[in-house]
Amino acid sequence: MRQFLDFEKPIAELESKIDELRRLSRPAASDGDPARGTDAPPAATGADASGYSIDEEVSRLSEKAEKQLRATYAKLTPWQKVQVARHSERPHALDYIRRLVTDYMPLAGDRSFSDDQAIVGGLGRFEGQPVVVIGTERGADLDTRLKHNFGMARPEGYRKAKRLVELAGRFGLPVLTFVDTPGAFPGIDAEARGQAEAIARSIEACLAAPVPILATIIGEGGSGGAVALASGDRVLMLEHSIYSVITPEACSSILWRDTSQASTAAEALRLTAQDLKGFGLIDEIVAEPVGGAHRDPNATIAAVGRAVAAALPALLALDPVALRLQRRDKYFAMGRQGLA
Amino acid sequence: MSWLTSYVRPKIRTLLGKREVPDDLWTQCDSCKQMIFSKELEKELNVCPHCGHHMRASVPDRLRWTFDDGQFTRIELPKAPVDPLGFRDQKRYSDRLKENRAKTHLDESLVVAHGRVGGQNAVVAVMAFEFLAGTMGAALGEGLVAAARLAVLQDAPLIVFTASGGARMQEGMISLMQMPRTTLAVQMVKDAGLPYIVVMTNPTTGGVTASFAMLGDIQIAEPNALIGFAGPRVIEQTVRETLPDGFQRSEYLLEHGMLDMVVKRPEMRERLGQLIGLLRERDAAKAA
Repeated sequence: MRQFLDFEKPIAELESKIDELRRLSRPAASDGDPARGTDAPPAATGADASGYSIDEEVSRLSEKAEKQLRATYAKLTPWQKVQVARHSERPHALDYIRRLVTDYMPLAGDRSFSDDQAIVGGLGRFEGQPVVVIGTERGADLDTRLKHNFGMARPEGYRKAKRLVELAGRFGLPVLTFVDTPGAFPGIDAEARGQAEAIARSIEACLAAPVPILATIIGEGGSGGAVALASGDRVLMLEHSIYSVITPEACSSILWRDTSQASTAAEALRLTAQDLKGFGLIDEIVAEPVGGAHRDPNATIAAVGRAVAAALPALLALDPVALRLQRRDKYFAMGRQGLA
Repeated sequence: MSWLTSYVRPKIRTLLGKREVPDDLWTQCDSCKQMIFSKELEKELNVCPHCGHHMRASVPDRLRWTFDDGQFTRIELPKAPVDPLGFRDQKRYSDRLKENRAKTHLDESLVVAHGRVGGQNAVVAVMAFEFLAGTMGAALGEGLVAAARLAVLQDAPLIVFTASGGARMQEGMISLMQMPRTTLAVQMVKDAGLPYIVVMTNPTTGGVTASFAMLGDIQIAEPNALIGFAGPRVIEQTVRETLPDGFQRSEYLLEHGMLDMVVKRPEMRERLGQLIGLLRERDAAKAA
C-alpha cells in the first residue's frame, strides 16, 4: 500500500478510483455479460451508453492523475519537499549501495568503541572501479530503523567514516557517499564520547583526502551530521532532497518560538536542491521520476548512478595535490558570489 | 512596594547626591550572586573573587588579556555578503545585524589581531558571543580564513578563543558550509607546520564545536565552560533523562578525553606562551 503525503490527496483519490474501476472491470469481463460492466459505476448514466467503457474511463482518469502528479511535483513548496525527502518509501543508502556497488564488502567499527550502524560502508566496485562507499542509513521498517538509529549517528559512526576515508586515501580509491540523515544523534552518550570532535575529524579527513570524494544527498541532509560525509569535491542532490543547517521544525521553535511555523521556516532556510544550486553550494541536481523517488526507486538509483559515473572521470584524472587545491578553492569561493 | 524600594533607594540616591555614580559600580556574580566592586572584578579579569566563576569577557578585554602588555594590532577582515538569503523571521536578519553592530561596536562575531604572546609572535582570533550569540556565518568563515592566511604569512601560531551558539540559522546552508571552510583554514595552518591552539570559552556549541573548535593541536578550556555539539535542552528532550551533574562542562570534557587542560583566565597568557615556546623551539633554533 503506497503512502500518500497530505498534499498528494487529490492524486490518491484519483488513483484509488482507478484501482476500483479496474477491480470492477475484471469480473465483468470474465462474466461475458457486457451490460454488467456499464451499470456498475453511477457515472455511466451521463455517458453515451453505446460508447462508454470502463477502460476508457480508466485511461481518462489515469491521464488526469498523471497530469496532476506532474503539476504537483513541478511546483512543490519547500515544506512539501521536506516531506518528500523524508518519505518512508524513498530509497535509502543501502538500496543505492546494493544496486550500484558490486562485490560490496561491508567494513565495520571505529577501532575504539563500537560499530555504529547509522553509518554503513565498505569496499566494492562501481562500474568496475574499486571504491570506498559510505552512507547514512535510516532503515526501512521498525526493526531496521532501530538498528540504524533512524540515520542519526553517534561519534563511532563518524569515526568509522573517517577511518574508511583514510583507508581510501592510502589505496587510491575514490569515495562515494550517500547522505540521508536527520542529523547527528543528540544524546548523553554521544556527547560523552565527543560527538563534535568526531564530526570535525570526519570533515577534516574528507577535505584532506588525496582521492576524490563524491557525495550525493539522497533524502535529508541534516546539518553537521550530513556535512561530516558531504564535504566532497562534487556534491550532488536529488531533485526533491533537502540540505539544511537545521530542521524547519527546530528553526521554527527557535526563531518563531512556535513549532507551527515549520513551513515558513522551510521557505526561509532555502533548503531545496534548486536554491542551493542557485547559491553555488552544490554542484548538480539529479532529476527524480515524476512523483518523486519513492514512485520509482530503481529509476532513481539508476539516475544517481549515471550522474556519479559522469562526474567521476574528471576527478580521477587529477593528481592528489591538484585535487586538494581544487577542493580548497571550491569551498573558499562558496558564498562569495556577488562580492568584488 | 517594599520599604527597600520606597525608602532605602531614594535615601541612597539623595545620600549619593549629584556625584556621578556609574550604574556599573557593582557587578553581581552570575554564579554565587555576590556583589563585586567592578574595579576589582576588572583587575581579576572578570573572574569572581568569591567563587572563581569565569564571567563573560568582551572582545577588547580578551585581546588585552592575551597579548603581552595588552599591545596588539587588529586586522581588517574581508567583507562577506550581507543577508544572502533575504532571511526574515519575526525580524529581518539585516535589521538584526544592524542592531548588533550598534550594540556591540563590532562588525561581526569574529575579531582577529596579531602581536606577541609570551614574547612570541601570534595571531589571535576571538569570537564575540555578544554579537548574535557568536553564531557562525559567512563573515566568520572569511575572518577565520584571513586569520589562517595571516598566521602562515607571519609564520606565527594561530590561537582561537571560541564562544558560540553554533551555526547562524539566518544564513541557512551558507552558514553550514563554514564548517568545511573553517576546517580548510585550519588545515592551511597545520600544513605550514604551525601550532593551532583552541581556547574554548563559555559557551561553545553546535557547528562551531563540530568543526574548527575541536581540531586544535592543543585544546584548552576555561573552567566550567559549556561545550558540546547538541545543546543540553535538545538532549533532554530527546532522551527524556535528567542530565548528569557537570554534563558538557570543561571539567567533564577533560575527564572524557576531549581537552588537554582547563586553564584559569589569569594563567592563560603564560600558559599559551609556554606552549608556543615548546612547540616552536625547533623553528626558533632554525631561524637563529
